[in-house]
Amino acid sequence: MSDSATLEAPPQDAEERQPVTKKEITADHPTWCPGCGDFSVLAIYYKLIQKRNIHHEKVTTVAGIGCSSRFPYFVQAHGAHYIHGRALSFASGVSLSRPDLHVFAFGGDGDAFSIGGNHFMHTARKNVKMTYVVMDNFVYGLTKKQTSPTSPLGFKSKTDNWGAFDRPINPMKLAISAGATFVARTSHTNPKHLLEMMDLAMDHDGFGFIECLSECTEFYAGAFDASNPRKGGEYLLVPEDHDVTDEAAAYKLAGEDFPGKFGVYYQVQRPTKNALEAGVSDAAKAKFEGKKDWEVLQTTFNRMK
Amino acid sequence: MSQSAATGDDIGSGSQSSRISEAVIRIAGNSQDGIQSIGGFLARLAGRSEQEVMTMMTIPSTISGGPSIFQVRLGSGDVLSAGDEADVLLAFYQHSYENHISNLREGGILVYDSDHVEPNEEWLDKYRHIGIAISSLTVEAIGGTARDKGKNIYALGLIGRMFNLNLEKLERLINERFAAKGESVVKTAMDAFQSGYRYQSDDITNLFEFTSSEVDRSNQVVMSGNEAIGYGLIAAGVRFGAGYPITPWSDIMELLRRELPKYGGSFIQCEDEIASVSMAIGASYGGRVAVTGSSGPGISLKTEAIGWAVMAEVPLVVVDIQRGGPSTGLPTNVEQSDLNIACFGGHGDSPRVVLAAANVEDCFYTAMEAVDIARRYSVPVMLLSDQAIATRIEAFDEPKLEEICQDLTPDLTPTPTHKPYDLETKIGASRHRAPGTRIEDGRYPVVTGLEHDEWGHPSASPDLHEGMTHKRRNKLNALADELPIPEVYGADSGEVLVVGWGSTTGPLYEAVEKSGNNGQAISALKLRHISPLPKGLEEIFSRFKKIYVVEMNDGGVHGYGQLAGVLRARFADPRIRGINKTDALRWKVWEIIDRVNECRNADAAVTNA
Repeated sequence: MSDSATLEAPPQDAEERQPVTKKEITADHPTWCPGCGDFSVLAIYYKLIQKRNIHHEKVTTVAGIGCSSRFPYFVQAHGAHYIHGRALSFASGVSLSRPDLHVFAFGGDGDAFSIGGNHFMHTARKNVKMTYVVMDNFVYGLTKKQTSPTSPLGFKSKTDNWGAFDRPINPMKLAISAGATFVARTSHTNPKHLLEMMDLAMDHDGFGFIECLSECTEFYAGAFDASNPRKGGEYLLVPEDHDVTDEAAAYKLAGEDFPGKFGVYYQVQRPTKNALEAGVSDAAKAKFEGKKDWEVLQTTFNRMK
Repeated sequence: MSQSAATGDDIGSGSQSSRISEAVIRIAGNSQDGIQSIGGFLARLAGRSEQEVMTMMTIPSTISGGPSIFQVRLGSGDVLSAGDEADVLLAFYQHSYENHISNLREGGILVYDSDHVEPNEEWLDKYRHIGIAISSLTVEAIGGTARDKGKNIYALGLIGRMFNLNLEKLERLINERFAAKGESVVKTAMDAFQSGYRYQSDDITNLFEFTSSEVDRSNQVVMSGNEAIGYGLIAAGVRFGAGYPITPWSDIMELLRRELPKYGGSFIQCEDEIASVSMAIGASYGGRVAVTGSSGPGISLKTEAIGWAVMAEVPLVVVDIQRGGPSTGLPTNVEQSDLNIACFGGHGDSPRVVLAAANVEDCFYTAMEAVDIARRYSVPVMLLSDQAIATRIEAFDEPKLEEICQDLTPDLTPTPTHKPYDLETKIGASRHRAPGTRIEDGRYPVVTGLEHDEWGHPSASPDLHEGMTHKRRNKLNALADELPIPEVYGADSGEVLVVGWGSTTGPLYEAVEKSGNNGQAISALKLRHISPLPKGLEEIFSRFKKIYVVEMNDGGVHGYGQLAGVLRARFADPRIRGINKTDALRWKVWEIIDRVNECRNADAAVTNA
């Protein structure tokens, strides 16, 4: 919004602030199971903060409910652990009212595509500026192995003993068709690639969405082996000649059989919700230039007499 | 209609003009006839004159078409309710005539459009019938074939003549209303109005004239309850909100969407109710109290998120414009059945603040108070209004904006340390620190819906859960200590005290006035603060023999309405009884008096037995 200038923190003392160290950005020890893919996403997040030289107070980490959504507790920075499925709406509220902050939202596949499916679509189409990383493990982990919206057909869970038969959601297709302006896919097994994707998503002026495969070693071990060279799989990158602005090509890429390709599927520039709202506000404010807020309201009241 | 003097030859030009202190005019037609705008003009006129005004509008839940009414009560004294019976009924159609004649007092004046209405022989003696070919005279006045357009303005002219209203002021209002639509529209409207005003008939000219008021009402603003809430929020410093369309809340959303950008803010229309409350909470977390709101089903949907704001101690204002429930219920009718969900909605022990606005002016100030409490106590505040107040137009003294408007720009001053959930804070309310605030010791807060320690990190420690539960509740006790003790309306002590909240207050106060005249005096108490309750109620109750809580909701399986239930739970006082109704219509003054008398007699019978 247009009063962003007033939201800037008062100037700090003249000395240059040192970049945060990994120790300084680390908070509670994660509650995740040993071997959980989410550890590497967290480690890369610390790296990103250090690499981009962001100070504590400028980091805002938002999450919903699920294993991965415990994220904010593990980061020594401002954070919010919100309710199940609604992290994006919360994050939108922060993003739209605080243009001076970059908001990161983290979640899992249940949070993003099941209970939060509606918000995922609408945050994408509105192009609210933020970075959203979904740690997709194809299973409900926190509640101990129920079918998730991305569980593949045939996956045996406690709620589908005989094997899942509801067609899974394809997060890439969903994001592209909903109107997301940055859509990328990566995996916890390739930290370098993960950092690259998070870097690009953060640079993107708009809603940056990353699906990060993140193995649940407890309830769906081996789910992503086909994409892991160390387990005999292949980590194939999006071909260099792929046109990221070509929606049909991106959609085709998203339709490939598992494990598919990794990298940026789709990226276009479209005005952000933040910019559009600020534009409305700037135009409205211009008509009252030099007037205090109470005087603007007085103008309205004068017409109600 | 109260007549302060029978007739007065010295007033106006008409020899038969009666001086009156107030009048109730009901206009009945279809929703596309612009019925509401006649009411709006009369209300604005009253706001610029010495009259007080209160209006009542009912709109059908159908999208367009269908019956619609507007009732306006104009008076030289305090107008407390929209009036039980109409003195004048203006009926555009046969159905308007037949369905609303029972609302006209005996001997009242019926003005009907003789192009559409065939009078009923049986009613001719009971009411004074005045037939005017409104439709064809309007066409004649403005030319063209737009039969339905302009009828309302023509009728406004008729009313203006009947009540000898200020012609110059009315013409100025019409000019202002249509100026933006171009000269030809203004001219058409003016033609219709003047034609109505000049209508020649001894039946209708200068029937009445309002007596002058003793109170100076020269500096008033005129608006609906929903507008008052919207502008109250803006005055309080709210600059962000989010919502989803639902009747009768939508007006507030539309107003804030239009107005907030002027102040550098914005209001976001979301994909659903849950996203709306979540986005508002996100913005509140961002450092500045934000607002969401809804009606009926929308409030149910928001309850989980409201519970989060209680747990995480993030300020928030939730506006609830109550309508008939449960489920989809009665979208365009009034009811006061959301008090329980406002106080107790959601799982777990989740104390929050609940305020109820009693009239349009009160909507403005209660909205301001809601923001203030939310901010100071880091707590969600439910602001209850209802369909009756939402759509009603009233004039009230113009607020002194320069004095009361607040700037709530987030304070991002670095702080040496910050415990988001400090158990040692005096009033139990920790101050929320927005993201962007540098915390010099490097320990940053996580706000959370999980039970947590003082730093916001998850903990299931038995002591902590108990301590934090107490903390969240104690701050409401601290708030209760600072709330003003409500004032009794009417005699300070006596036999019957009627207790009410929200839009029931006006009719209750009027019942007090009326009861005083017939020797069965009652007093009334309005509660604006429902949760927490203010101090001093016990002492007030002790001054009366009987306490009747009058509400537009059901007595439930135990026979007590929603506020009555809260008061009984709090005071364990068997004298507290409920007087309830669920006909989805506002309380009429005579209904209250009748029901109070019934209860009083029943109590007397028990006592005598």
